[in-house]
Formats: sequence, C-alpha cells, structure tokens
Amino acid sequence: MTAVLELRGLSVALPPGADRPFALQDVSLSLQRGRTLCVVGESGSGKSMTAGAVMRLLPDGVSVSAGQVLLDGTDLLTLPEPAMRKIRGARIAMIFQEPMTALNPLRPIGDQIAEVFRTHTDLSRAAIARRTLALLEEVRLPDPAAALAAFPHELSGGQRQRAMIAMALALEPETLIADEPTTALDVTTQAQILHLIRDLQARRGTAVLFITHDFGVVAEIAHDIAVMQGGTVVEQGPADAILNHPQHPYTKALIAAVPPLSHIPPPRPISPEAALTITGLSKEFGKPTRFRRAKRLVRALDDVSVTLPRGGTLGIVGESGSGKSTLARCVVRLLDPDGGSIRLGTTDLAALAPRQLRTERSRIQMVFQDPYASLNPRRRVGELVAQGPMVQGVARAEAFDRARELFGLVGLDPGAMNRFPHEFSGGQRQRIGLARALALRPEVLVADEAVSALDVSVQAQILRLLADLRERLGLSTLFITHDLRVAAQICDWIAVMHRGRVVEEGTVAAVFGAPQHEYTRALLASVPGRGWAPPGI
Amino acid sequence: MSLLKRFGRSPPAVIGLLLMLVVLAAALLASTLYPDDPLRLAGRPLQWPGANPRFPFGTDPSGRDIAAQILHGARVSLLIGSVATVVSLGVGILIGAFAGYFGGWVDDVLMRITEAFQTLPAFLLLLVLVAVFGSDIATVTLAIGLVSWPATARLTRAEFLTLREREFVQACRTLGMGHGQIVFREILPNALPPIIVYAGVVMASSILLESALAFLNLSDPNIASWGNMIGAGKGVLRSQWYVSAIPGVAILITVLAVSLVGQGLNDALNPRLRGRS
Repeated sequence: MTAVLELRGLSVALPPGADRPFALQDVSLSLQRGRTLCVVGESGSGKSMTAGAVMRLLPDGVSVSAGQVLLDGTDLLTLPEPAMRKIRGARIAMIFQEPMTALNPLRPIGDQIAEVFRTHTDLSRAAIARRTLALLEEVRLPDPAAALAAFPHELSGGQRQRAMIAMALALEPETLIADEPTTALDVTTQAQILHLIRDLQARRGTAVLFITHDFGVVAEIAHDIAVMQGGTVVEQGPADAILNHPQHPYTKALIAAVPPLSHIPPPRPISPEAALTITGLSKEFGKPTRFRRAKRLVRALDDVSVTLPRGGTLGIVGESGSGKSTLARCVVRLLDPDGGSIRLGTTDLAALAPRQLRTERSRIQMVFQDPYASLNPRRRVGELVAQGPMVQGVARAEAFDRARELFGLVGLDPGAMNRFPHEFSGGQRQRIGLARALALRPEVLVADEAVSALDVSVQAQILRLLADLRERLGLSTLFITHDLRVAAQICDWIAVMHRGRVVEEGTVAAVFGAPQHEYTRALLASVPGRGWAPPGI
Repeated sequence: MSLLKRFGRSPPAVIGLLLMLVVLAAALLASTLYPDDPLRLAGRPLQWPGANPRFPFGTDPSGRDIAAQILHGARVSLLIGSVATVVSLGVGILIGAFAGYFGGWVDDVLMRITEAFQTLPAFLLLLVLVAVFGSDIATVTLAIGLVSWPATARLTRAEFLTLREREFVQACRTLGMGHGQIVFREILPNALPPIIVYAGVVMASSILLESALAFLNLSDPNIASWGNMIGAGKGVLRSQWYVSAIPGVAILITVLAVSLVGQGLNDALNPRLRGRS
C-alpha cells in the first residue's frame, strides 16, 4: 500500500514574537488511498496549520521552514504557484468548518460548483450542467435540481455542507482535506455528513485527511489517527490501537477527558422540593407589532413545563432551533415570555415588572456560552465579578472581598483580579464568568452551553468544577446543552426539546437507557462514536 | 504601563501632539505677544511677510497684522472646533446610543429624524440657521455642532447594534443593571474608539465649516478667525496670495494635529492592542 500524500519532517515557523517559534515541528504523516487519517488535537495544537501547509494556504508571516509534502512522490513545496493552483481542487480538495462563509453568498450553488469545472476542465456547458447535477445527487441533497438554483442562505447548514462536499469532489481528487467539517452542525446532521463522507470514500477510494477535536467523531470515521499537541505529533497509529490502548500520556489525558456515554455516574437523590418550576411557558418570534408587519412566525417555546429540583441539575438537550436557548433566556428574563409562569420559590419571574425584576435578578444567574464575548473587554476581571453585588447595593470593598473569595473558589489566582479578560485563556474566562454568576449568591444557576466552546480537557475541568460547586453550595442548575455526552455526566434529570416542545423527560438513566420518543432515539443514535467506550485509564 | 508611554510609541501620534502643542501655545501666547486688539489697523496694508520686521507674516488688505490674527485666531478655531465637537458628539452619541440599544420604534423614530437632517446638506442647513439666529460666535458654534451630529449618531448606532447582542451586555442585564448604566458604563466605552477617531474628523470639519461661513462673510465679523482672514484675502488672491495662504496653513496644521492625536489616542486606549508595537 502506497501513500497518496505524505508529510515528511514538516516544520512551519511562526513569526517572531508569537507564543512559540514553530506552529508545526517535524510533523510526519502519511495518508493512504481509501483510508481516513484523523488528526486530533486541541485548539492551538497545529492541526489546521497542517492542512494549510499542504494546501499552501498559510496565514501571512507563517512559512514552511523544513520538510516535504509529497503528493504521489512530487514535493508540493517546490512547485511554483501556477502548478499548485492546478493541484488545488483537482487533486487535493478541501472542505471547511463553516460552509456559510466558505460559499459565496451572492451566487447560486450550481454556479459555484460549475465554476470548478470551468476553471479546471474544457467541458461544454451542457456537460458541466450534467456533472453538477449528478454531484448534487451523489451527496444526496433532497431536491438536487432546486439546489442548483438555490443561494447558500436558502439551504440549511447540513445541506450547505453537502454542497461544499459536492464541490470538493467535483474533479474526483485523490485526496480530501476536511477541516472540522461537522463542528458547526447539529448532531443528527453531523451523523449524516460523516456517513456521507465514509460512503463516498468507500465508493471512490479517496484518501481523507480529517481534522477534528472531537474523539467521538474520530471513533466514528478514522482508520488511522495522529494526535497533535503544541505543533508536534505525539502519537500515531491505527484507530483501534490509539482509541483503546493509547500510549502517550497526552493521548491518555485527552481520551480520559471525553465524557463516556456508557458510564453514567450513579444517580444522586433528587429532592422532592422544586427550586424552579416552569409551567406552560410559550414564546413566539416574528409577531407583528404596531410598526412592523408580521414576519415568518416561529413558535420557539410551545407550552413548556419542566421542574428543577432543589440542589439538582436539570439538563435541557436538543438541537439548534429546538428552543433550548430561548428557554434559558426566558428563565433569566433576557426575553419576555408570551405566556406561562416561571416560579422561583413563591415568586413568578415571568410576571415581574421591570423594577421588581432588577432586585430579584440576583436569585437566578446565568453562565454564557462564549467565553470571549461574555466578558466586557474593557473592564478588569475583578471588577467584572464584583459588579453584580455592587449593582445590588453591596459596598465596593465588600464586593471585592467577595470577588477575591470567588476567584479562589473557581480555581483562579485572586492576584489576577487586576488583569483584563484578554489576558486569560478560554477556560479561565469561563471560570470568571462562573464567579460573576456566583457573586450574587443565586439560588439557581442557568448554564447555557457553558462548556460547548471549550477544548475537551478544559471542558472536563469546568464540568468537575460545576459538580463540585453543586455539592458545596447546594446550587440548583439549569444546564442547557446540545452535547448528550456532557449532559449524561452532569445532569440528574433530562428534558429533550424538539421544535419548542419538551418531547421526553426523565432521569438520565431512563432517557439514555430506554428512550421513549423517536426523536430522542434519533438523537442518541447520532452521537458520534457511541459504540466506543473510552478505556478506563 | 502608562497611557502616555503607549501613546508615545507611535511616531504619527507624537507628531500630532507636537503640532497640537504648537497650536495651543499660539492660542495661549496670543494675549502676551499681541496684547492689542488683533483687528485694529496696525500699519500699511498688504506688506509682504518679512518686508517689515514689525509684521513677520505681513499685513492684510485693511492693514491688520496677520501674525496677531493668526495667534488670536488659534483661540477662536480651537474653541469653535472643540465646542462644536462636544455638541455634535453629545447629541450624536445620545441619539445613536438609544437608537442602537433599544431598537424597535425608538430606533425608527430617532433614525427618521437623523435621516431628515442628513438629507439636507450640512452647509445649507448651517446657512439657514445662521441666517435665522444671527451670526455671533456662540450661535455659529452651536449651529455647527447641530448640523454635524448625524454621522456620529449613525456610527454610534452601528457600534451599539453589534455590541448590544454580545453576551457581556446580556450578562449585565442578568446582574440587574439599569439601562442607563449598561448604555453609558458598559457599552459606550467599547463603542468609543471609532467615535474618538471620528471626533477628530468632526473637529476638523467644524473648523472648516466656520472658515467657509467666514469666507462668505456670514460668520462673526468681530473676531479674528482664520476663516475671516481667508475671506479677507480673497480679493487679492492672485497678487498677495499669502493673505489667504497663511491662515490656510494654520487650518491645515490644526486639522492634521487633531486627526493624528485622535488616531494615536485610539491605539493607546484600546487594551487589545497593548503589547503590540
């Protein structure tokens, strides 16, 4: 078996002043025909740089300093730019994470795929049209003829990714580089796209270089695996060996951080007392107002009733558009619900007037998804945490004392309180966000995808911290997530949402072990790598 | 690291600051060097610069000392520029911030008003205001501020539109902050950099607007403004061009200084750019 694409001792230098001298150091990989090589690593590991180096699409100031990139024995690094252009798209194709930004929003899909043929071949217009349609059929777009004329925004995320794959496969390249192609997609869509890639690969014998951070996806699709850390490959080998018998400590740590779906923590006693009772909550978007005409009416929440037990964690799981984030935002009254009640103790949050609401807000606090957007970049982090109590009338000195204490509690150095948010890593920022929410000593914590933007090892730390705080402070948590693995680890009770409704709820063991609703079953069946149980290390 | 040090690291900002200091010094020294009324007749009209050591910049068609007028004019220009900018930014930020933050009908109403102002050419509106309310210096300054806020309002609104969706703003709401506090203490500092840079543009254009008014003899004739001086030189533009050119250069230097300082301040104030050179 010969390698289609081979990287030999590839080093990529970063500009002086970066946090490390090399983006990649002595990376050697080999990609076989008809096989998928998964490059796994956390953010900053250099996995996307690897793809960039192969395609010669490196950012400004970054350049290859040593090594070879061999495509069927030819070193791509020595080729002049015109020759390289002939290879891109024709012999090595690439698909990206976010198909919306990778496609030109102003041109129809069919036209964009046809452009690949126009650039690289001498086919007639009719032949191009035939080939384009055939491609869209091959990636199983629901209505290929209509998709030809559709603009990118008229397709769903999964459909756009299918169109991207069609474009990438247009010239039957021997090699396909996929850079996090399913990260932006819902889990059921992700399952379909992974299936499609595997299927096309089997039929065409394409070699696939698949870049991902998700070990579930790796377990689903990889034949071979290379684990990267800090710009070097720390371990590589066949999928089975790496997944089930990892040797390198970093690989072991990464795999240990993957929340196992098969080992659900033992159930904790659920208090009969309710911390938060949501009854018949509904919210519609796009309703006409006095000044604006009606848009497309979306029923984001449709008669949702769930109960958060005191001291427990209620998980709300569902895909994008299921209404789970709307629920979180209604509960903390960032949105005003149309109907229903949100009972916190004896207070109905949904019925409070703005003035009363401001004082009651301290009882229910939120941790946000994006650790980069959720902290005001112009305030020092100590102040960010102390702000809440000060708003609620606590004296400045006392608020800062409380902030100092909380910094310790969430595992940060209180000495760092004078720094700005951009000086912290994503995980540390999420701890700051958590400290800010806890500073008001809330009864209920709402975590909206609070760990979704984090690397898996950091995610594991934050989940441990949340579980620890729950024990120590007796917090009741409403935990919103799209990630069933995460939900299984931390939640006591789970409600599955679909199109604004709760379709199923129950204990974790019940929902995951014996799902009743067909949507829950579909969701569970789509979890990547569900058949793989991370070895107990 | 101090703000000054960061500011000092950018050569254009330092040049701007030096020019600004020159203009400020001119304004401050005006009364000391030329204690008499700059508009009084000082000597024979239209003496070329350097021809008479008493008048380093020469005299204008009425025999007034150009150097004295330039120094006194620096005061007027800086005063008009800064007051008009404050008025323009105040109105613009207030309207833009509320429109962007609240959205909905508030945005609709405020933006229609802004558009009404924008559809009228600023200078025409200024002419109307001056024609109706008279042309003493206070009215002129206020009028300039009132015609130049729409762009600031639009800029502020655009910044607020993107910032209000950011999670940190939602976090502030969940902490129980009031709208005023969120708008002015949380969002505004993040929206300021482009506005600060734009303030330089507003200040520069205010000085230019006043000059244009003065050129048309519509500004306050009882003060020594650079615009009045250019206007006074228009009759002799082809022979004694220095009469218009000297105040022209003064305006150029001031406008350049204001722009460079504005840009330098922005770079220095932005914590995300710290550590980069």
